[in-house]
Amino acid sequence: MRILNSTIAVSLGASFIASPALAAGLPQLDPQNFSSQLIWLAITFVILYVLMSKMALPKIGDVLEERQQRIDDNLAKADDLQSQSDAAAKAYEASLAEARAKAFSAIREVKDKAQAEASARQSELNTDLQAKIAVSEKAIAKARDEALSGIMDVAVDVAASAVEKLIGEAPKEASLKAAISAALKSRA
Amino acid sequence: MANPIAQFEIKPLVEINLGGLDASLTNAGAFMVLTIVSITAFLVLGMRKRELVPGRWQSMAELSYEFVAGLLRDNVGSEGRKYFPFVFSLFMFILFANILGLLPYSFTVTSHIIVTFALAMVVFLIITLVSIARHGAKFITYFVPSGVPMAVLPLMVPIEIISYLSRPISLSVRLFANMMAGHTMMKVFAGFIVPLGFAGVLPLGIDVLMIGFEFLVAFLQAYVFTVLTCLYLHDAIHLH
Repeated sequence: MRILNSTIAVSLGASFIASPALAAGLPQLDPQNFSSQLIWLAITFVILYVLMSKMALPKIGDVLEERQQRIDDNLAKADDLQSQSDAAAKAYEASLAEARAKAFSAIREVKDKAQAEASARQSELNTDLQAKIAVSEKAIAKARDEALSGIMDVAVDVAASAVEKLIGEAPKEASLKAAISAALKSRA
Repeated sequence: MANPIAQFEIKPLVEINLGGLDASLTNAGAFMVLTIVSITAFLVLGMRKRELVPGRWQSMAELSYEFVAGLLRDNVGSEGRKYFPFVFSLFMFILFANILGLLPYSFTVTSHIIVTFALAMVVFLIITLVSIARHGAKFITYFVPSGVPMAVLPLMVPIEIISYLSRPISLSVRLFANMMAGHTMMKVFAGFIVPLGFAGVLPLGIDVLMIGFEFLVAFLQAYVFTVLTCLYLHDAIHLH
């Protein structure tokens, strides 16, 4: 079978070279050359196979595997760190929000307190002022009344002396008082 | 003009005879040794520092590993891990043999059909053995495509068998023919450069373009060989 195939192959190879003159002297078709080539091919190919399978390929495979492992390790580590930093960022954000809420509530509390205090003070001040105003109004009314009664005396005196000078006779006090009070009443 | 075929000649360097079998170290054998030494040096020296952040050389060594591993994972799946050292050795051997063959005055190991055919046969035997080991007698059902009417089966089964058996041939001829054709063509154009005098600039320019193209082919053929190996492995493991 092998020999049969080989003869087929050789004849096919020969038909490839169109010129019969070339084919006649073609070293490839000289069976005398076959045995040495086959023997050396077998020797070299077996040695190559052994060298590759026992030495070169495991070495390259090791290096590639080592590198792949290193890359995978580093990727896993990076993933780990990434999730850690994510968690830290989340915690930071949460604490930030908490602090903000706390600060807001504190501010509101202080504000409310201040407002309450201010309004309390305001109302206290108002009542105080109201009282003071009432007292003052009373004092003013009293002073006015006093002043008015004083005016009556002064007016009676002035009118008496004025009338005495004009007519040389002192008028009756009662009629003076009546006239002045009527005049004051019409002015008031 | 230099013979464009002369570059493919096998020249014995050390005569060795194993009981009547010619096992001489030839230029082909020497370049196979150089190929595996280069691959090992490329990988082992590139990885000697085991840096966590690889330098340029280490990156290339790792890239070759990951390239073939990705190829195997995409085309075979997780069951393919067992065959990684083999597929990797295959890819690197063909790639380095192709690229070393592009150096001036060097020899291209993969330009000999016997070498590419031997590699293809190794692949073929491995996928067949894997298939039989995994599926036992059910392996035969591989040649009976599912969902095909009974009437067409007498036609389909021989076609499937022939296409299965032709795998090592297509695999080996593709690589061998590509390498040989490219190298022959470059040599033919190179042979015109000096005799044409000043006009030799034209074939020189073509060869400059072709060497770039040949580097692409060197990689592409190693890739194609490896991808097909992966696809065959997938078929062997999953039976379609």
